Amino acid sequence: MTITVHVNGERRSLAAPLGLDALVAELTSAPKGVAAALNDSVVPRSRWAATPVGDGDRVEILTAVQGG
Amino acid sequence: MTTITDTTGVTGSTATADPLRIGDAVFGSRLIMGTGGAPSMEVLEQALVASGTELTTVAMRRLDPAVKGSVLSVLERNGIRALPNTAGCYTAGEAVLTARLAREALGTDWVKLEVIADEHTLLPDPVELLDAAETLVDDGFTVLPYTSDDPVLARKLEDVGCAAVMPLGSPIGSGLGIRNPHNFELIVERAGVPVILDAGAGTASDAALAMELGCSAVMLASAVTRAQHPALMAAAMRHAVAAGRLAHRAGRIPRRHFALASTPTTGTLERNGSPP
Repeated sequence: MTITVHVNGERRSLAAPLGLDALVAELTSAPKGVAAALNDSVVPRSRWAATPVGDGDRVEILTAVQGG
Repeated sequence: MTTITDTTGVTGSTATADPLRIGDAVFGSRLIMGTGGAPSMEVLEQALVASGTELTTVAMRRLDPAVKGSVLSVLERNGIRALPNTAGCYTAGEAVLTARLAREALGTDWVKLEVIADEHTLLPDPVELLDAAETLVDDGFTVLPYTSDDPVLARKLEDVGCAAVMPLGSPIGSGLGIRNPHNFELIVERAGVPVILDAGAGTASDAALAMELGCSAVMLASAVTRAQHPALMAAAMRHAVAAGRLAHRAGRIPRRHFALASTPTTGTLERNGSPP
C-alpha cells in the first residue's frame, strides 16, 4: 500500500506501514541534533519507532544550522 | 576584590569577578555570538574562538541530507553552549513549534525567541512575540526574546517571565549601531533581568556603547562574520564588550559645558599684568 506524506513540505509517495524512525533514517543517520514533528506535534526521539506515519500526514524533520 | 581570569584576554590586566547571570546559568564572557553569515565553517570557528564567547546561537531548519559538517560539532569541540533561535518565524505558533523542536534536538530549554514581522525590516512583531514568550515560559522554557527597543514591550516581556530582554540597536545586519541610546537607558533602568543588545552592532564602538549604557551583554553575528577579517573583528568585539563593561562599572565623569582643569590651579607664576 502506498501513502502520501508531506515531508519537510515536499509531497512524497511512500510504502506503508511506515514508522517515523524509518522516515528520519532516510534523511540522516545523525544520532542526535535532529527533531521531528508529526502534524505540528513534536515527537520525542524515544517514540519515533512506535509512531506510525499515515496517509496525508505532515512530517517536519529539523536540525541545527548556522544562523542568528 | 577577587581577581579572576581576565575577561579582556589582555595579560597583566585585572578585573573583578563579574560574571553574567541569565536564568540559572553563569557566563564569564558577555559576548553572545551568532553563527550566520560566515563564509565557511573554518572561518566561523576561528572567529568564535577569538571572540571568547560561551553562548552562541544556531537556527533550526529543515534537514537537508546534502549538507555536510555541523555547526553543532564546532560549538561542542570549543565548549560553547548552543542557544537555538526561532529565526524566520512570523507567527507565535511557528516560533513555539520551532522552540519545541529545538528543545528536542539540542536538549536545551533555552531559546532565543524571534518572531519577525516582515522580511524587509526583520523587525519583531510585538504582538506575536509577547504571545509566544508567554506560551514558552509556561512550557518551562528559558526565553530570551529579540525585541524592538521599546521600553514598554521590554517591560511586558519581563512581566511574562522572560529571563532576559534583547532589544535591537538597529535592524539586523544593518551595522547602524544603537539608533536610540536613550531607549536603551530607559530599558536598563527599569529591567530586573539582563538587557542584551541584539542586532545592529557594526563595529567595536557600538558594542562598547551598549555596555556603557548598562547592557549586561552584547549579541552579534554579521558584524563579525561579514567583516573582512572575522577573527580580528571577533577579538575587537571581545575587548570592546569587556572595556564597555568596565567603564560602566567604573562610573563615568559627568559631562560639563566648560573645562575643568586636571592640573592644580594654585602655585602658578604671576602674570604681572602682561597678556597670558
